[in-house]
Amino acid sequence: MAAPIGTDLSAAFLTAPVPPSNWLVILPVVHCIVLGALMLMLRAHVRLHALIAVLGLAALVLVDAVLLKRVIDDGPVTMVMGRWLPPFGIAFTVDLFGALMALAAAIAALVSSLYALTDIDAGGRRFGFFPFLMLLMAGVSGVFLTGDIFNLYVWFEVLLISSFGLLILGSEREQIDGAMKYAVLNLIGTTLFLIAVGYLYAIFGTLNMADIALKAAGLRDTAPLMTLAALFLFAFAMKAAAFPVNFWLPASYHTPRIVVSALFAGLLTKVGIYALIRVVVMLLPVEREALSLMIALVGAATVLMGALGALAQTDIRRMLGYVVISGIGNMLAGIAIGTPGGVSGSVFYALHSVMLMMALYLLAGQAARLGGSFQLSALGGLYRECGWFAAVSLILFLAACGLPPFSGFWPKVILVKAALDIGAWWLAAALLAGGFLTTICFGRVFLLAYWRPAPAPVEAVAIGWQSALPLLALTALVTGFGIAPEPLLSLVQAAAGSLADPGAYIHSVFPEGAAQ
Amino acid sequence: MEPLFAILVGLFFSAAIYLLLSKFSIRIMLGIAILGNAVNLLLFTAGRLTREVPPIIPAGLDALPAGAANPLPQALILTAIVISFSFLAFLLVLTYRAYQDIGTDNTDEMRVAEPDDPPLPPVGY
Repeated sequence: MAAPIGTDLSAAFLTAPVPPSNWLVILPVVHCIVLGALMLMLRAHVRLHALIAVLGLAALVLVDAVLLKRVIDDGPVTMVMGRWLPPFGIAFTVDLFGALMALAAAIAALVSSLYALTDIDAGGRRFGFFPFLMLLMAGVSGVFLTGDIFNLYVWFEVLLISSFGLLILGSEREQIDGAMKYAVLNLIGTTLFLIAVGYLYAIFGTLNMADIALKAAGLRDTAPLMTLAALFLFAFAMKAAAFPVNFWLPASYHTPRIVVSALFAGLLTKVGIYALIRVVVMLLPVEREALSLMIALVGAATVLMGALGALAQTDIRRMLGYVVISGIGNMLAGIAIGTPGGVSGSVFYALHSVMLMMALYLLAGQAARLGGSFQLSALGGLYRECGWFAAVSLILFLAACGLPPFSGFWPKVILVKAALDIGAWWLAAALLAGGFLTTICFGRVFLLAYWRPAPAPVEAVAIGWQSALPLLALTALVTGFGIAPEPLLSLVQAAAGSLADPGAYIHSVFPEGAAQ
Repeated sequence: MEPLFAILVGLFFSAAIYLLLSKFSIRIMLGIAILGNAVNLLLFTAGRLTREVPPIIPAGLDALPAGAANPLPQALILTAIVISFSFLAFLLVLTYRAYQDIGTDNTDEMRVAEPDDPPLPPVGY
């Protein structure tokens, strides 16, 4: 890497200033950090926090939408930091996959900030719910937009420490107990990730993802890339809560405020899946191929274990924790299949899951407000209590089971077809069985909590617009993408295509095969 | 020097994993502290070990002399140290709070979030 003395180093420097439109790539991260800092400065005026957060996240949705539009029009966009060109400098590179995930995350955060208007009381705001939310979004956006693998680790840590803050917002005994398990196991997961980054640097001598993708082919015969891929797989599977390493999730996701649970379920596990797809599908495709049987077994086990675990629960929030795990299994199956069809199924499922898991947790919170409890044994009569709420619930339940005409149906069809195309009939069967068990599970919820007469009379609570609007917005998205999936489907297929052939990504980082 | 460091990293990892497998949360914290240091040493070793030439560009040159230490792992470790230190501080406070609130540091008995005998789901109505 050290250039001989007297070499022309201008190839390593950015000589022309960064075009203003490229600042769009880092704007989501900068925006979130600045607003988070601003709110910390205004910590004496917690009433302002909610306003800043809602407006700020609405702006974030807008920025991510413009970014997505830009990526659709021009292909991947790169911005480099501090005048150093890659692979020396740090690059933010966004392709279609990253832009889609960033937009979905921003929508989810906006929705949760609306719901938080009623769910987070003055105490929670004083402990900094909204600043933590903005910093969490900075971390999540950073993960989706960065083009450097050590940077990916740093953004993981940013979102992790904000999630710790959100998790123990009420300082209740349950929350502290849940946070212990969440914190220790997630910290071990990111440490494993850091180990993998260390080995990656030892092997490649670079941390830039495009550079790694370029060099992987040449090093394959001599370097222990298989070990590396397995280590990344283990670390990200732990973050995403895949089967043998998933038990921290149901232990902790039901303890915080419901809107925090919703955020975590919508975003955090999907961040693990994003990183897994980015590393094993784009950077190490040959190793993914070799590991595909194991990933498929893990995915099938995760789908079935999640669905069976959900069936066994009586607390709705804990049940949803297992439903999150079951969804992760579906995405892993797509990664295991690895054909463009399988990967596009995974990406579609991830986007759908961000919206859906968020909506289901908010729904559970609302059901508990109406029925007075999270326990299935105590809930009842919700259908009579509020008709439109029961209808919304039914739509979201059907989407979660993967039944048409809602958004869960399409990724499931794509995944099952992709599995059958490569002859993995048992994987397709596991996915379908998982969907069947989830249907039973949600059927039971609907039967017990909605149709059954209330076991004890509860006083009627009106649903405010702050809770109704997020639920209706998410339901509209879930229904819309179920009925008219073609635009999203073509985007997702393009994203999967560019992951399988990262030529455009590499070209965006190294426009003319720059300094090596 | 690399083999020596490799053995040291291995020792650190084994000690960390032994402590992480303990039932008591304070030992788990010690395990996490050692794990963080093991990873830092690993990163350091991964980036080539030299002791003679510091990564400083002499006056009049525009690149590092041959055989210089690699500055990048040091930057990476610096980041990793800051992050793991802040996490450890948070976890220590969390452990203490958990000990205060739950009254035990035995993880087998920390079952507030997941009670041993949760109510059974209703079978019918």
